[in-house]
Amino acid sequence: MLAVPSKHRSLVLLASVLTAQVLLLAVQIKRDRQVRLIRVWAVSLVTPVQRAGAWAIDGISGGWRHYIGLRNTSKENENLRAEMDRLRLRNAELEGRAAEADRLAALLSFREAHSDTPMVAARVISSSADAASKTIFIDRGQSDGIRRNMGVITPDGVVGKILEVYKTTSQVQLLSDKDGGAGALLATSRIQGPVSGTGEPALVLKYVSNDETVAVGERVLTSGQDRIFPKDLPVGTVSEVKPGNPFKQIRVKPAAHLDRLEEVLVLLSQKELESLKEKPADQQPAAPTQAQLKNPAPAKGATQPR
Amino acid sequence: MEAMDQSYSAPLKMEIRTHAEQHIEVHKFRTGAVVVVAVAALLLQAFLPAHLPRVGEFMELPLLVTIYFGLSRRNTSTGLLLGMVIGLVQDSLSSGRSPIGLYGIAKTLVGYFASSIGARIDTEHPVGRFVLTFAFFHFHHASYALTQRLLLSQRESFITWPLLLASLVNAVLAVALFPLLDKLRKRQ
Repeated sequence: MLAVPSKHRSLVLLASVLTAQVLLLAVQIKRDRQVRLIRVWAVSLVTPVQRAGAWAIDGISGGWRHYIGLRNTSKENENLRAEMDRLRLRNAELEGRAAEADRLAALLSFREAHSDTPMVAARVISSSADAASKTIFIDRGQSDGIRRNMGVITPDGVVGKILEVYKTTSQVQLLSDKDGGAGALLATSRIQGPVSGTGEPALVLKYVSNDETVAVGERVLTSGQDRIFPKDLPVGTVSEVKPGNPFKQIRVKPAAHLDRLEEVLVLLSQKELESLKEKPADQQPAAPTQAQLKNPAPAKGATQPR
Repeated sequence: MEAMDQSYSAPLKMEIRTHAEQHIEVHKFRTGAVVVVAVAALLLQAFLPAHLPRVGEFMELPLLVTIYFGLSRRNTSTGLLLGMVIGLVQDSLSSGRSPIGLYGIAKTLVGYFASSIGARIDTEHPVGRFVLTFAFFHFHHASYALTQRLLLSQRESFITWPLLLASLVNAVLAVALFPLLDKLRKRQ
């Protein structure tokens, strides 16, 4: 066997190792780099450790983010809370404004649809101090042409009537007041009867015979007989019907949101309706036509809609 | 005269050898230290680029380990074998499109020459370590590029600016890392 001097052994080893690796490369080139097994072994050995390392790094970075990195979070949190409170207030204010704009747009639309009917828009400024009475105060009064017993409505329906008039404010008696009410009729059957308040949210339709058929959900409209409201304004819908003695007990849900009024319209048409009353019986029609009620002449001294 | 010269020169030679032997020490390491450090370097090299891309882009930890153990153990056979093993494992963990053996050959040569140089000069000084690492980094890359050119017909640049920056980064890293690895040496 060929003896290799000790000082050249490492050189021989180097040459052998290099040759072996060059051959390994050559084999891979010839077999189009098919050395999958070696890679599989290497990756299989390394993967668990790398997975553990990744887990550890995630833990460390998570700890950093959640504890050490949160040193200033308390102050930041306070600032954000203050900012959030401020934005909440701002949001509530904007929502209120948007709702007000919607309501005013509905009022304007209603007034434009009834441009010939003299009416004045008013803002609700307070309600009665007496919990038993259902009244509100509006910011329009005598100086705006408002008189007692004028009708007050919203685009949704009838609200009530003017109870007291002061120079710049008026008190409105709501339909739901114990002493409130309006002449009404059922939209389908045309059965007439007064609608009265009970002091509760629901109204009652009185004097409807037990023989009449009244359905829940039926619409109740103004009849025009009270000479306050024009005919066919929505009053509400029938919510409950019971047989009574001698008349049916009919409960009506008001069409207008009487518990959350903010803007209303005051109909300045009372005098014109009264003039109908003053006419001789032979000249007075049995019932005023729709056009007559919806387009009454402006009251003398009444202000035009603003 | 000649005899006298011999009589004078003999003690002088012995003194020089003794001085050299004291100066150039062959370091031994704690059991398993070489394997653990090499495996750790390979794992970090595979792991860091995924989590710290900018750091992993420049670092060549397996090369630093090959250089360190070559310079410290000063045994060319173990140096080249360690370089070969580290290089082949690095090849195995590298892209599946690269053939196995490119890093193996480069690190075999680095291991061999680092051991040879370590047996001849002082490699304990930080400046020496910086210069040697810088040089071996380029030697390693040159070997890699040459193998690619000769065996795979792929044109790999011998020197680029990013490569130069990487060599400096690794040289600085070596100055910081090698004293830590020194702590794994067995006390004489």
